Amino acid sequence: MAAITIDDLRGNPRRLRKEAVVKNVFRSAAGLSILISIGIVLALIGRTWSFVGEVDLGTLWGDNWAPRSDQFSLKALLTSTAVVTGIAMIIATPLGLGSAIYLSEYAKPGVRRTLKPILEVLAGIPSVVIGFFCVSFISPNLVQRFFDSAGTFSLAAAGVGVGILTIPLIASVSEDAMRSVPRELREASYGLGARKITTSVKVVLPAAVSGLVAAFILAVSRAIGETMVVLLAAGSANASQFSTNPFDEGLTMTAAIASQVRGSDAAVSQSVVDSLYFVGFTLFAITLILNVVAERFVRRVRQAY
Amino acid sequence: MTDTSKATETQPDVDRGISLVPEIGAHHDASSAHPVVFDAADLSVYYGSFRAVRNVDMAVHQHEVTAFIGPSGCGKSTVLRCFNRMNDLIEIARVEGSLTYHGLDLYDRDVNPVEVRRRIGMVFQKPNPFPKSIYDNVAYGPRLAGIKTDMDDLVERSLRSAALWDEVKDRLKSSAMGLSGGQQQRLCIARAIACGPEVILMDEPCSALDPIATGRIEDLMTELKSQYTIIIVTHNMQQAARVSDRCAFFTTEVNETSDTRTGLLVEYDRTDKIFSNPGDDRTENYVTGRFG
Repeated sequence: MAAITIDDLRGNPRRLRKEAVVKNVFRSAAGLSILISIGIVLALIGRTWSFVGEVDLGTLWGDNWAPRSDQFSLKALLTSTAVVTGIAMIIATPLGLGSAIYLSEYAKPGVRRTLKPILEVLAGIPSVVIGFFCVSFISPNLVQRFFDSAGTFSLAAAGVGVGILTIPLIASVSEDAMRSVPRELREASYGLGARKITTSVKVVLPAAVSGLVAAFILAVSRAIGETMVVLLAAGSANASQFSTNPFDEGLTMTAAIASQVRGSDAAVSQSVVDSLYFVGFTLFAITLILNVVAERFVRRVRQAY
Repeated sequence: MTDTSKATETQPDVDRGISLVPEIGAHHDASSAHPVVFDAADLSVYYGSFRAVRNVDMAVHQHEVTAFIGPSGCGKSTVLRCFNRMNDLIEIARVEGSLTYHGLDLYDRDVNPVEVRRRIGMVFQKPNPFPKSIYDNVAYGPRLAGIKTDMDDLVERSLRSAALWDEVKDRLKSSAMGLSGGQQQRLCIARAIACGPEVILMDEPCSALDPIATGRIEDLMTELKSQYTIIIVTHNMQQAARVSDRCAFFTTEVNETSDTRTGLLVEYDRTDKIFSNPGDDRTENYVTGRFG
């Protein structure tokens, strides 16, 4: 056998160079994405900081959100956001969870194969369509019919719309969580003489609870971040008053930003722009925390089985 | 269902091709007085159009351990799951032939599988405690049945019967997931016992356990058979020889037309007969380790 040299084991230099290039291309793609995110966060923080420096912070807890008049009631925006999100969850949680239980425990495989994509189509409906549907159908036929005090535009109508939008998310994540509960646990329950409903409620749901909590938190996060439905259906633009009444008009955090940016009056002071960064930062912080918590719960599901 | 009118409790199965009743004068004569609990006649199980097991004939006797042995895929578990209608959970599964429980057709239209499973408990291959406390695991079945009084007592008795009480009595409220595999399996036995079943079906209960844990479960089976009727599926021939009174040997045959395998019952007899003097060559080859 011929003597072997280190050159034989070194490999083709051209191929090695090619591999290095490929690796660097992918690395820069990843790096750039991260840089962009960091840049956005830094810009958010910077402008938020200058907002905090230039306005009277007492106004944050006032009753009026009217940035052009130097009234920056974060309280009003947070309250409307909470009302819309609350109504959305009241609608989406039972419907989403019910669909998940049906799909995971009751539906025959063929039915599931048909229904699940249909449900996911609902997630693909553009939110502007849902928003318009809220104003033209849900508000007059549902909200105004049952609650006389409601106007054409209301937080309640927006909440219903956001709820419809989040049903597929809750259903899909919950169904995945329930389906990942091992078959053996269901068999154990059936083997002890349990009915289907008992097995679903007493064994499958508790075993999937982390996933269900994750689904709920993700849906809350999605509802808080939803803009277009609220902008169309909740009525207020540019300014809004603090109110806990769901049948009033209102502005959520996202809608406040959107309506201000698209406002008719182009002459806008620095503090107005900065206030939007401030609201944006608050929104970012809330959804970030929710997503991190939800991620924790999802991971716990994976670890358990 | 076919012919369910056979008076199976009194009539020996002399016409079934396989002798289920030991010859008169045999040394195990005394225990043959145990009444019949299950009687399968020409039982076949289909998954869709595929016949998974065919022509099973056997009578299972009270207060005995009946073992199902045979190579993988021979349908032991499938047949076992007929006895508490667990196969109902599989959409495409279908049973033909007759299977009676104390002379009643188990697959009669009026029979509710939920009621069947309360009387005929099951222990699975992989220990499958619920992710709940030890106490709640045992109490699960009785609570389903609406039992509310003396739950503490029932839990203790069930855990004692499963030889687990001493190990867990100080941590009944802690999660069952923290127990060892062998303890989990005994918990599953306690959970089945707590429902007050007449029969306990065990589907390879020791296959996930180490030899020490296996030994404890085997001892337990011998104790439990005075109160319960036990049917066990096992891959372990020594285990079948040690614990069972009667033994059913299943094997597979390859179907000529499609490349599929159907299980069949080759021989069913008293365990000592199966292991010392089997009536079929295939049984002898298997129990002596010459299975081809």
